[in-house]
Amino acid sequence: MSVRYPTSSLQALLSQIGPVDQVGIDERVAKYGTRSIKKAAKLWGLRTAVTMVDLTTLEGKDTPGKVASLCQKALRPADDASIPPTAAVCVYPSMVRHAKKHVGGTSVKVASVATAFPSGQAPLSTRLAEVRAAVADGADEIDMVINRGAFLAGEFAEVQDEIAAVVEACGRATLKVILEVSELESYDNIRAASFLAMQVIRPGDFIKTSTGKTSLNATLGNNQVMLEAIRDHYLATGVAIGMKPAGGIRTAKQALTFLIAVKETLGDAWLNNTRYRFGASSLLNDLLRQLEKERTGAYQAPYSFSESAESY
Amino acid sequence: MPTSSAAAKKASRPAARATGRPAPELIFGDLWEFDPAPETADPKLKPRYDLFINGKFVAPKSGKYFDSINPATERKLAEIALAGPAEVDAACKAAKTAFEKVWGPMPGRERAKYLFRIARLLQDRAREFAVAETLDGGKPIKESRDFDVPMAAAHFFYHAGWADKLDYVAPGRRVAPLGVVAQVIPWNFPLLMLAWKIAPALAMGNTVVLKPAETTSITCLKLAEILQDADLPPGVVNFVTGAGEVGAALVNHPIPAKVAFTGSTEVGKVIMRALAGSDKKMTMELGGKAANIIFDDAPLDQAVEGIVNGIFFNQGHVCCAGSRLLVQESVADRVLAKLKTRIRTLRVGDPLDKNTDIGAINSREQLDKITTLVAAGVKEGAELFQSSCKLPAKGFYFRPTVFSGVSMSHRIAREEIFGPVLSILTFRTLEEAVEKANNTCYGLSAGVWTDKGSRILKMSTELKAGVVWANTYNKFDPVSPFGGYKESGFGREGGRQGLLDYCQLA
Repeated sequence: MSVRYPTSSLQALLSQIGPVDQVGIDERVAKYGTRSIKKAAKLWGLRTAVTMVDLTTLEGKDTPGKVASLCQKALRPADDASIPPTAAVCVYPSMVRHAKKHVGGTSVKVASVATAFPSGQAPLSTRLAEVRAAVADGADEIDMVINRGAFLAGEFAEVQDEIAAVVEACGRATLKVILEVSELESYDNIRAASFLAMQVIRPGDFIKTSTGKTSLNATLGNNQVMLEAIRDHYLATGVAIGMKPAGGIRTAKQALTFLIAVKETLGDAWLNNTRYRFGASSLLNDLLRQLEKERTGAYQAPYSFSESAESY
Repeated sequence: MPTSSAAAKKASRPAARATGRPAPELIFGDLWEFDPAPETADPKLKPRYDLFINGKFVAPKSGKYFDSINPATERKLAEIALAGPAEVDAACKAAKTAFEKVWGPMPGRERAKYLFRIARLLQDRAREFAVAETLDGGKPIKESRDFDVPMAAAHFFYHAGWADKLDYVAPGRRVAPLGVVAQVIPWNFPLLMLAWKIAPALAMGNTVVLKPAETTSITCLKLAEILQDADLPPGVVNFVTGAGEVGAALVNHPIPAKVAFTGSTEVGKVIMRALAGSDKKMTMELGGKAANIIFDDAPLDQAVEGIVNGIFFNQGHVCCAGSRLLVQESVADRVLAKLKTRIRTLRVGDPLDKNTDIGAINSREQLDKITTLVAAGVKEGAELFQSSCKLPAKGFYFRPTVFSGVSMSHRIAREEIFGPVLSILTFRTLEEAVEKANNTCYGLSAGVWTDKGSRILKMSTELKAGVVWANTYNKFDPVSPFGGYKESGFGREGGRQGLLDYCQLA
């Protein structure tokens, strides 16, 4: 699709894509938080955020029953029928066929984490087999993890080749490439990994911040670094890549701030769920609470929205 | 990533070329328009403001008042008293008495209490002052709320801390106050400049007669209310309002031992001529035409953010604004493209709206000056780019403006525009950057953007500028001294150095 980086030096890679200044990024994103979103703009933002949620359950104790209720929540988030469904449900590969039963034929997609999520520490053949199995079971989208070990060891070609192999294995399924930003640590690394992924994935595929399984997940800062990488890649090649921050976005206010970052960095074409997603579980209920508050003028009790993530 | 050469640019866009599609562009449209989000705190304005002399509001003997208008709407906000020579004289005498009888002899630890009290009272009324500042000067509420008012309070807090530690300002020396200080401040940061001026003067034991700019006197006179609430002894701080002739009467008055002026280089020269031969001390903080220098290894997106902060902060009404962008040739195209993209998302409009990034130009006079200089830039052949944002029908507004292809001889590269207008020049080597940056009559500030630490250190020693920011721009702190080289003035404000300019050493 485009030129690969033959080098294994981060310095050489950065000299092509440019470095990132952490203080500058943190200052930039602090400004998003001072935006004041009111009335119709707030309603639009909240409803749009609902349509961007990848409603997620990734637990060892997931059962077909749990996944069934998750799917119901995704299809019909609240009593109010005017609330749109979420973008997708996100589950482990063994749950894909159960999810497909409930949301197949609707607008809600089935996303499956794969490639030995969350560590990725399994042989490539195993990881690819997992992707193929999930797609065969009906997954519309695959959320893979990159090989952070190889990245930190400087084996960029290996990282990129593995992503390319997963693209092949996906077939028609959309791919989301999880960088696991908290293990990459620096903004320079996040930018570099974003480019490694974007060079081999297809238009409409995503890059994604995190698995949600480490202590630090999506922040406005790493979201911004990745949005700017997407923008630079798009302006250079015309290939539009989507973005998915995941983990740690729990409140409607946070979600609106992330959307402001999208509006002011990538513009209107990214303000929809084909190009921007939220990987979250508890966020949805806060969005619903705020929407209900805008409608009625009063906050509803938490139990009005099946608040607990355990009881969708 | 595209490089700057045209061939490489084409080659890096195979997708766009192969299908004959136009080059990819970002859409910053109206898909998600923000609703108005006005700040609603009551500024508690009085219809008429008198002079503040000897702790009381007094009407001018002439009975003359002038209007202060809101530059965002051109509507009248309040009437401000016009001081005559008699009032300037009364203010200076009140300050002299206060210095001799009360403030000079008072122990520093007691003076500190008043300064702390002023700082806290200002914090208590922060929202009210922010709205008043925005109404009077046209700056966006997010700046008056997040910068002007908190920073003004910070200056009072900082200098309150010094007031009982003056033995340590000049190690090995003893310090004594000067007496009465005459201060004249500009309209770009009315409240903040006031704090910069009076906080160190008071901490050191001086008393003050201050004249605010005639277009922005309101927050100064509102602060007088705080001084009363703080029980500051009468005469320690006096405010006389009016235009240039009031300032002239003040700086030429025999009582003040020092004149501290912030404003244009032109007026600064007039004051210095008038005071030549007198034994009055002076501090001058004058104009600037700062170079903001981008090297090819800089983090470009953050540099672009710094360029925007540097020139569009406070509508460019900043003496240290980064109004000359010097960018290394190899990245010039990319920086300009990124800058244009960023400017498209800036929101220009009602300064009271919390989402406004760029507010109103301070006065019609200033708007005319900006318009004239921009026309000169076009005439001299520089390439103009302006954002296409909508401007309000009434009020003084100017679009964020960028000139590329500017050369050192252009007026827009030499004269201080004091508006949201950026001139872009290029350089090839570090030596050329330094030479171009220093090739100006000014020397207030500069910015350097590079990933290389050693280069920052080299640049900071070679640039003839009072402040050099590295990988950031327009950062202020009460601890950090601020002031210029050459025609940007002399003397420092802030920090230990700023205090030294308000004392005599023994």
